[in-house]
Amino acid sequence: MPDSMSPRRFIVRRNRRETYDTFTLDLEPVDGDGLCFKPGQFNQLWAYGMGESPISISGDPTRPEVLIHTIRAVGPVTEAMKRYKPGDMVGVRGPFGAPWPVEAGEGGDLLFIAGGIGLAPLRPAVYQAIHTRERFRRVSLLMGARTPADLIYRSELERWRSRFDMRVAVSVDVAKESDKWFGNVGFVTALIPRVQFDVDDVVALICGPEIMIRNAARDLIGRGVPEDKIYISMERNMHCGVGLCGHCQWGSEFVCADGPVFRYDKVGHLMAVREV
Amino acid sequence: MENLERILGEHPFFRNLDESHLAVLVGCATNTRFNAGDYIFREDEDADSFYLIRHGKVALELHTPTGGTLTIATLEEGEVLGWSWLVPPYRWRFDARAIGPVVAIGLDGKCLRGKCEDDHNLGYELVKRFAAIITERLQATRLQLLDVYATHA
Repeated sequence: MPDSMSPRRFIVRRNRRETYDTFTLDLEPVDGDGLCFKPGQFNQLWAYGMGESPISISGDPTRPEVLIHTIRAVGPVTEAMKRYKPGDMVGVRGPFGAPWPVEAGEGGDLLFIAGGIGLAPLRPAVYQAIHTRERFRRVSLLMGARTPADLIYRSELERWRSRFDMRVAVSVDVAKESDKWFGNVGFVTALIPRVQFDVDDVVALICGPEIMIRNAARDLIGRGVPEDKIYISMERNMHCGVGLCGHCQWGSEFVCADGPVFRYDKVGHLMAVREV
Repeated sequence: MENLERILGEHPFFRNLDESHLAVLVGCATNTRFNAGDYIFREDEDADSFYLIRHGKVALELHTPTGGTLTIATLEEGEVLGWSWLVPPYRWRFDARAIGPVVAIGLDGKCLRGKCEDDHNLGYELVKRFAAIITERLQATRLQLLDVYATHA
């Protein structure tokens, strides 16, 4: 499979700082069309001379001409990318993986729950919901972060929050007086009872640290949301992107090919199993 | 009084509470308002009341000499503020400050402790409801302490 295994060259057009360790790259292809993708999919980004890293696509799926990735600098590859300047070159393989089934929520309520950088893989799905807003009843986004300074896409969150057709609630784990934060404080799951949704007719899309996903999903199930209406995005050690190498095997699933988005009733039993 | 009974009965915390118990609670309840910045209670003061928040937002705060004031949780409409009135030594463990104008129903905890001693069914009902909230907040606090969004998490 030459396409999925050969990186395409992309040029960095912009490198925006989101937080002290998180940044967003805007990329354009050196040749050929933009990269069409579905919300929730990821690319393998290649830092030449360093290696590859799987990164979710965080741009607008209706604007494939600009490929956007929000990245947290946690290792040599992403640390190198953090230093990229306009004009630098990146290799891109993808897109890979199963997308968020935003359409599954049509006709009912749609609930996004994001934690930390988990908003990045969800953002394309939020764009899709906004573009097709008339197909949903209530659309809500619950966002959790460590502190006010750790919030990514802050201006965009404020813009979404000002919409009349969308409920956005943001909570941070702790706030100091000097943060001048007048929003919510508490774990993101505390926001769940504060938004309205029909437990019998809601689709929930959750992305964030695994322990946050687990707890958010449990809370929703405890409130009566069926497990097959909850979708989560998982992270594992993804290499090939097509389910061949086996590095990202999770139980009987390959996260890169069967996921990263999974329906909770299919994988919920694996969430508390340490050995997988 | 009739109005207060309706408000109490409709508050999520007292939903489906037995009417006779609701009537007892009404006897210990008053409408209260706080302005932005008002302290509803301060750490180490006597905890002789709790509040059902009807409108507005309240911050639970801790003051540390080196880190200044930390907000550890915010509570809002439909939520309950304070359970130290129920547990000896009946003293607040945090400051509670109104972030904006707050409208609440204040319940006299001292009065209710006496009523609960007289009527254990009422006491058990209240303890069950508070236990659910305490559990929920304990779990949330554990997750906050885990610092799950940190790089190492």
